[in-house]
Amino acid sequence: MSADNQLTRTQRDDLRTVAAMIIPASDEYKVPGADDPAIQADMLATLGRDTKLVAAALDHLARLAGQSLAELDAAKRDAVAQEFRSSGGAAAATLVRVVLQCYYRDDRVLRSLGLELRAPFPKGYVLPDGDWSLLDPVRARGGTLRRAP
Amino acid sequence: MKDPVDVLIIGAGASGAAVAWSLAETKMHILCLEQGGWMNPAEYPSTGRDWEAKFYGEWSSSPNVRGRREDYPINDTNSPIKVVNYNAVGGSTVMYTAHWPRLHPSDFKVKTLDGVADDWPIDYDVLTPFFEENDRMMGTSGLSGDPLSPLTHPPMPQQPLGLSGAIFGKAMNKLGWHWWPSDTTVATMDYEGRARCINLGHCTPACAQGAKSSTDITYWPHAVRAGVELRTHCRVREITTDENGMASGVVYYDKDGVEQFQPAHVVIIACNGVGTPRLLLNSASARFPNGLANSSGLVGKNLMFHPYAQIYGYVKEPTDSNRAPPTCLWSKEWYDTDLSRGFVRGYGVQFVRGAGPVFEAVVSEQRGILPWGEDHHRVFRKLNGHRLGFSAICEDLPEEHNCVTLDPVLKDSHGIPAPKINYTISENSQKMMDHALARGREVLEAAGATDLCINSPIPWGGWHLLGTARMGTDPKRSVVNEWGRTHDVKNLFIVDGSVFVTSGGVNPTSTIQAIALYVADQMKQRLTNLFD
Repeated sequence: MSADNQLTRTQRDDLRTVAAMIIPASDEYKVPGADDPAIQADMLATLGRDTKLVAAALDHLARLAGQSLAELDAAKRDAVAQEFRSSGGAAAATLVRVVLQCYYRDDRVLRSLGLELRAPFPKGYVLPDGDWSLLDPVRARGGTLRRAP
Repeated sequence: MKDPVDVLIIGAGASGAAVAWSLAETKMHILCLEQGGWMNPAEYPSTGRDWEAKFYGEWSSSPNVRGRREDYPINDTNSPIKVVNYNAVGGSTVMYTAHWPRLHPSDFKVKTLDGVADDWPIDYDVLTPFFEENDRMMGTSGLSGDPLSPLTHPPMPQQPLGLSGAIFGKAMNKLGWHWWPSDTTVATMDYEGRARCINLGHCTPACAQGAKSSTDITYWPHAVRAGVELRTHCRVREITTDENGMASGVVYYDKDGVEQFQPAHVVIIACNGVGTPRLLLNSASARFPNGLANSSGLVGKNLMFHPYAQIYGYVKEPTDSNRAPPTCLWSKEWYDTDLSRGFVRGYGVQFVRGAGPVFEAVVSEQRGILPWGEDHHRVFRKLNGHRLGFSAICEDLPEEHNCVTLDPVLKDSHGIPAPKINYTISENSQKMMDHALARGREVLEAAGATDLCINSPIPWGGWHLLGTARMGTDPKRSVVNEWGRTHDVKNLFIVDGSVFVTSGGVNPTSTIQAIALYVADQMKQRLTNLFD
């Protein structure tokens, strides 16, 4: 990791590679992969307090790969990924979470999921009141509250 | 030297706010010291597109993860359940689910009824008027008439059933089991200056709409208008005593980190079941070598958490996901003791409506049900917006080895020793949790759910911090008497969840606040002989 607490170029390359392994682009669902430049930029811009653990995870990944992750063949890369997920502990979990939390707020992804592109506040959401006659059997069954002496 | 105040309250959360408001009518000089500050709803997570991500950082429910300057660290390595809380004006009512059951009448008499633990020195009927008063102040919503819960009179109607509630209701009816819309502190109509709920989503990390009741927007505005002084960003280090063994005031660090002494005639502690024993133990002196008010040796002991046993799954039809308050229904089907189940006491259930997309992705990936690679998209679409959860709140019985002590090394940002938790889940609680998971599985399967996942205990589920300065009439077996005054120091009171004798199987905040109002009422009635 560089002195200014940012990811190195190699770490950024590996982050992009592993992000695409977690979530590849899909023509079927018309969504980018997590290696998409805008999503990657979001990750790097918002790493914040997660930077140290993500860097540690990427270093662990690099050790397992023995070389740039992108240069490994697919089978070897999958094996490294599997080992990374099982042995990476909190650092690996943080890296994966960072990838997921940035991916699932991207406009293109949310649109594909049918979700609105906005913060919950101030519009909120409408909730159906529902059929309260469902409570009738509970009322009919009744019951008694256990009394204290 | 500052002028002494009549009453000094430590902590501006659920109980501190209630006791401050109630005592304000005495026109005494009341001062509350709070280590956190006032909240700014414009900064709450639901105002931003990154609302879910914030829950993993500055809006985490864990003070250890959050690490704000207002927080203190907690060594909970020796506990499978981690402490969660919030430190600000409003305390953990800023960050809670707003689920609002009360302890049942039978919960106060567990020794008599079931032969375990101890009876409380007070009963449900003593607290009834204070439950009612508190419900009006906090502003509750619900449906009166639940046959298996104490009778309540919520001033607002219940939350909508929604998609998730209807699925659960049908499943519970199929099995013939009790369910009922929860009492909550979510405003379902405009109420006392609070706007009604507009379903911003998961309410736990604070409500930008102000529909969820927290004491910074309920009790505190009233208390401040009535003359209570609230001093924020003031962290109390210790309570001092005089030559007569009475509390003389507190030493605290002000917002600039400068050590101050505030003299007081009466001190009330409202710091929750971890903060309160920490403060008492940090207030040891030559006269009180084992910590203040600790002649019984029970300060910090009998910690009760409520282990949460959770099981969740996925149905084909859409659920409410993140587009509603997280809890909507409860069940008391397994609340009372039935020894044929293999354990004593019981549990309440809260049904969980769903989860947002980021939470769903993160948790499901960790569980191994959301794969990496090409199939990720298909599986995610099957999971997202289809989750239903069943969470059992299991009654923890008091055990002295479950305790809060002072960590010999860990300190907060002011150098004050931090609390250390030692806690194990008892055999009785484990059997209860296993039973709950089996029932939850039946409910979810009746709802048509698949891909069931167990989260038991919920590791970051230590919301309910109870029992560490228990109430009782015997000074050898309790820390405070039946009206909240410590046995050892006659002008020192405790009003938070520490005083619980047993925990019941429900979220405790309603009962904590009712006790705070009751203690305040006792103090007002005894003003002329308060220290006798």
